[in-house]
Amino acid sequence: MADTKTVTPKEGAGTRFWNWLTETQVWTSVFRHDRPDTDRGRVLVMLSNVFLHLHPVRIRKSGVKLRYTWCMGGLSFFLFLSLTLTGLLLMFYYRPTLEYAYTDIVGLREHVPLGIMREMHRWGAHAMVITVWLHMFRVFMTGSYKPPREFNWSVGVIMLVLTLLLSFTGYLLPWDQLAIWAITVGSGMARATPFLGHEGPGASLLRLGDVPLIHAYDDARFALLGGSFVGEGALLRFYVLHCVGLPLVIAVLMAVHFWRVRKDGGISGPL
Amino acid sequence: MADDTKPETAAPKIIPQTGEATKAAVTTESPVDGKIASAPATGANPAATPHATTTPAARPAPAPAPAAAATPAAARPAAAPRPPAAPIPDLAGKTTTVASIGGAAAVKAAPAATAAKAATRDPDDTSPLLTRRAWMGLAWGAFSAASAAALAATGRFMFPNVLNEPPQQFKAGFPNEYGIGVDERWKEKFGVWLVRTADDIEQHAGGFYALLTVCTHLGCTPNYLSAENKFKCPCHGSGYRLTGINFEGPTPRPLERARVALADDGQILVDKSRKFQYELGQWKDPDAFLKA
Repeated sequence: MADTKTVTPKEGAGTRFWNWLTETQVWTSVFRHDRPDTDRGRVLVMLSNVFLHLHPVRIRKSGVKLRYTWCMGGLSFFLFLSLTLTGLLLMFYYRPTLEYAYTDIVGLREHVPLGIMREMHRWGAHAMVITVWLHMFRVFMTGSYKPPREFNWSVGVIMLVLTLLLSFTGYLLPWDQLAIWAITVGSGMARATPFLGHEGPGASLLRLGDVPLIHAYDDARFALLGGSFVGEGALLRFYVLHCVGLPLVIAVLMAVHFWRVRKDGGISGPL
Repeated sequence: MADDTKPETAAPKIIPQTGEATKAAVTTESPVDGKIASAPATGANPAATPHATTTPAARPAPAPAPAAAATPAAARPAAAPRPPAAPIPDLAGKTTTVASIGGAAAVKAAPAATAAKAATRDPDDTSPLLTRRAWMGLAWGAFSAASAAALAATGRFMFPNVLNEPPQQFKAGFPNEYGIGVDERWKEKFGVWLVRTADDIEQHAGGFYALLTVCTHLGCTPNYLSAENKFKCPCHGSGYRLTGINFEGPTPRPLERARVALADDGQILVDKSRKFQYELGQWKDPDAFLKA
């Protein structure tokens, strides 16, 4: 009895409180496993938690070596979380209309305590683009895209595009000259979408007699901007995509991405 | 499908198969009899059970035995020697695919089956209009079509019917309001420079042309620099002569001209929905220039 791993109860107030706490219905309904001091216990910890179960129960030693992983995936996720938090806070002050957008951004710096919040969001966005690229570079250089991880590589490529789109849509929101013309130039690329852009290859083939089906008022660029130029429609659409649409998609894909790392045998090892 | 409506009469023939199978099991192995009776093999089949019990009551015509409703085996008159059909009832009704596989197997196992159609059809598939498979195809087809239509309508949602944008056509006042040179009064609202020239490079006459204020490099709005007699884009430095011809910077082609005409009331009408490109020789078009 004395040799078992359980701690022998001492009659301290703290111990008695702890023993009482861990036997309450609330505690036992949340934590449905014993102390993780056995292999089985550690597995149960991972499997009975919706967040932890995305992760492997064990990782190999190289998986925690900075020299190998650069921690770029983890940093990307951390930056995403911090961008979500700061972005949520910015939404309390920012109004995506022609009348208010620019002055609200100025107000975020001048009229709100901790005026650095908007800069943190912006710097975090730049940093996330960098870390995502470096993560991709590391995965490529270590050959971690090879089977059975090719599916997860594809998911990652989609998330790279989503990261760039998040950055792109966020760029318009300050509604200054730089933002407007940058999006004017950037969204101009959508004109050249095959078949769906009015200046793209194949678009001129889509016509009923003399009536073109794809023109400047119904093509991919129009759907993106909600108008024929970067105006109030574009501001609102970019705002919605930036704050709701794209984050939702990338969050789901991140869950798939992490879970898939576990299913494919954890972080890849050195070759 | 016309044939499929007939199984109204064919179905009662199928019904006994269920009971028949149990009967086959019952008759061949009597020890199992009690087990089957208490927890019958057909009873384990959720689809077959209600069928066996309800059908005789629901269909008064083919039920000759009044007390036979209790035991489905008794409802079957004869035709005991068909043992290969035994495995079918266990499979039947659980899923459609399994049922059809079982049905197909039954045809192979018992080539002496009466009609192939009756054999492939599920025993409890008694709808007079369509087979279950046809119903499922119809249902999934309708569901898919409705979903596709809803998706298309949702896509159309992104294209509003009314745009809060300046119109493509506008009247720019009377010709005598303009002197020679570039007029910037329509730039802010309509994105147009109305230029009056004494001698156009293409039309070789005096008059008006409307230059769109969209840089042909990447779409920024150039500035008119009157001192230097040119248009200069602030984004990447493309420069244009007053004619619209490009001469510096990264832009690959001249500015575009819009249609200009004289409206009924004598005002200048600018129509941005028709554009004319120099490099395509369109500046020679009479609609690209208003002689005045």
